[in-house]
Amino acid sequence: MIHTGCTVTQFRQEATQTIGNASLQKALRGATAHFVDGRQAAFDAFPDGEAIRDHLKEIRGATISNLAFYLEQFEQNAQAAGTIVHWARNAEEAAAIVTSIARENGVMLAAKSKSMATEEIKLNHALEAADVRVVETDLGEWIIQLAGESPYHIIGPAIHKTKEQIVDLFEEYRGRPLADTSIAALTAEARHILRQQFLEAGIGISGGNMGVAETGSLVLVTNEGNGRMVTTLPRIHVAVMGIEKIAPDWDAAAAWLSLLARSATGQPMSIYTTVVTGPRRPEDADGPEEVHIVLLDNGRASLADTSSRKADYAEILQCIRCGACLNVCPVYGESGGHAYNSPYSGPIGAVISPLLFGLEKYAALPHASTLCGACVDVCPARIDLPRMLLALRADEVEQGIPSPFEQFAERAGTAVMGNAHLFNLAGKMAGWGQKMFTKNGTFTPPINPTLDRNLPIRPQKSFRDLWNDLDTD
Amino acid sequence: MSNYTHKKKVALLVTCLVDQALPDIGVSTVNVLRRAGYDVAFPSAQTCCGQPSYNSGFHDEAKKLARRTIDIFVDYEAVVLPSGSCTTMIRKEYPQLFKNDPKYYYLALRLAKKTFELGEFLNKEGKLPQAEATEPKTAVTYHDSCHMCRMLDLRDEPRQALTAHGYSIIEMETSDRCCGFGGVFSVRMPEISNAMTADKLHEARKTGMKTMVTSDPGCLIQMRGLLQEDDDLKIEHIATMLDKAG
Repeated sequence: MIHTGCTVTQFRQEATQTIGNASLQKALRGATAHFVDGRQAAFDAFPDGEAIRDHLKEIRGATISNLAFYLEQFEQNAQAAGTIVHWARNAEEAAAIVTSIARENGVMLAAKSKSMATEEIKLNHALEAADVRVVETDLGEWIIQLAGESPYHIIGPAIHKTKEQIVDLFEEYRGRPLADTSIAALTAEARHILRQQFLEAGIGISGGNMGVAETGSLVLVTNEGNGRMVTTLPRIHVAVMGIEKIAPDWDAAAAWLSLLARSATGQPMSIYTTVVTGPRRPEDADGPEEVHIVLLDNGRASLADTSSRKADYAEILQCIRCGACLNVCPVYGESGGHAYNSPYSGPIGAVISPLLFGLEKYAALPHASTLCGACVDVCPARIDLPRMLLALRADEVEQGIPSPFEQFAERAGTAVMGNAHLFNLAGKMAGWGQKMFTKNGTFTPPINPTLDRNLPIRPQKSFRDLWNDLDTD
Repeated sequence: MSNYTHKKKVALLVTCLVDQALPDIGVSTVNVLRRAGYDVAFPSAQTCCGQPSYNSGFHDEAKKLARRTIDIFVDYEAVVLPSGSCTTMIRKEYPQLFKNDPKYYYLALRLAKKTFELGEFLNKEGKLPQAEATEPKTAVTYHDSCHMCRMLDLRDEPRQALTAHGYSIIEMETSDRCCGFGGVFSVRMPEISNAMTADKLHEARKTGMKTMVTSDPGCLIQMRGLLQEDDDLKIEHIATMLDKAG
């Protein structure tokens, strides 16, 4: 699925469908509540959690402000371990690098583990255009691949799918009805199908949860073990990782890992934590013959660059993609993930999509928030997302993106508010106008009747009209 | 000595919403402050703090209104607002807005230091009535507005103000989940906003309470907007409740 951006109208339409779809609402509420409760329980049982969040914020801040230094160190140490390091300035370059590795090696089938970076660069499209078949091996990711959709949630790509919908997708794939449609049977079916693919795949493609600079290692966390299969069974392993996902050393990595799964799923650790430091050595029992890491910029470097106008947004690079902000966001809870029309949804998506893919294209997303701040409460790196949403809105105004009507209304409103008499008169006039549209004490505004809620009726006397009577003692 | 007593003077920043749409809340705020022993001033040049423009990204417009507000209020001993949201704007956002303005940055910091939300102010000044050992008058549930609880860290203060006035509080689940208002958000994305409000009202109804109290006029207007005619649930401002309790 290609993401083309998001207007307010698009966002509202998609959200309205989600709000009106009871089974989708149930799935969304159930999944996010499960994650929220899990996270809470995990932090309740982790007394140092809050202090480690402070620590992670510092580590990530220090790393991002010296990103070039740590990236060079990472590259040197990865190369020393035998990994081939590639640099991609943008999505097209990154997809082209992976595609050419596949083609040069005559690969027909690629097995992928879940990766947001490869969603961002639309890698599956590029590979399929080059006649390389791609199979997603994370169960949720495979489900949405079968459905031809994009991830609904950063860590739960298919949380919006009901069991019945998944049965339909599997039966369509198999071309026959399934005898047993229990969850255990569905999982077994997926496992059976996917095992074959691991063995046949000429290339394994993963993302990277973290790169550790001091050893040039790539760290992957998964719960299904597919990450381990993808990085060991095929002859070639290629990882695509955003340049911001660098930990200086294993001490930082430990803090990072101690918060990642707790924040994401409420687990102390993911079931599998895989560390890849170069290709197989002669004494190794298994592992790929070639390991490639593609370091993806795609707009990130300009955020980290203090001389850039975008440097105000450097903090967003501290994100470790745990998805906790999605689960607590009341807007995401109503709109669902697809309303954002971006690989990244929720509060982090509302900030990073305009920054990476263009503010004009994603102009609606900074407004898809009440600025309630619930995201900051749970972010493992304590990223101030509302601050950046506000800054993006100001950038929109500076770039002339708001409609001429909104620009006029802001200026006119400010002129009225600049004078208390004018302000009170405007309120009075609004009150007279309201009377024409008020029936049985309910005011229905003529403009924007889609508000679909009662509005207060401006009383005969404003507070300032009453003040003279109050100001007597 | 004469019977001269100095009453501390506080300025009321009534907020544009209360001034024009909910004046009774302003009257209650005055009553509560006077009963607590304050001389209340209402600088009549005040209009709006500029938050709607600021939150929509119109910083030049917001600055115009913010400068006025600072000029009008900066010389009072204390400024009290019946709104956590407008208090946040002045206390947290004005210094941000003026961080590159040599004159107004300092003035913004000065004003920020003496600007308080009503329930917070009564707590801080030790002006809450001593809770009597009588039966609580009314049980209510309380909605934490996002600005009150997350930006100003005021969770206990409004509750203490209510209980000191004889109310008991029956907590709803996720009392700090956003009501769906979000200022211009409620107009820009009304379907999502209303769905959030419906969730909030659902949680409030589950407590069985007849009254949900909040400290923010914005939340109040939003939530009242989705009540039915003759609804069992009423939404009231904290100033109204404190005034009523006497």
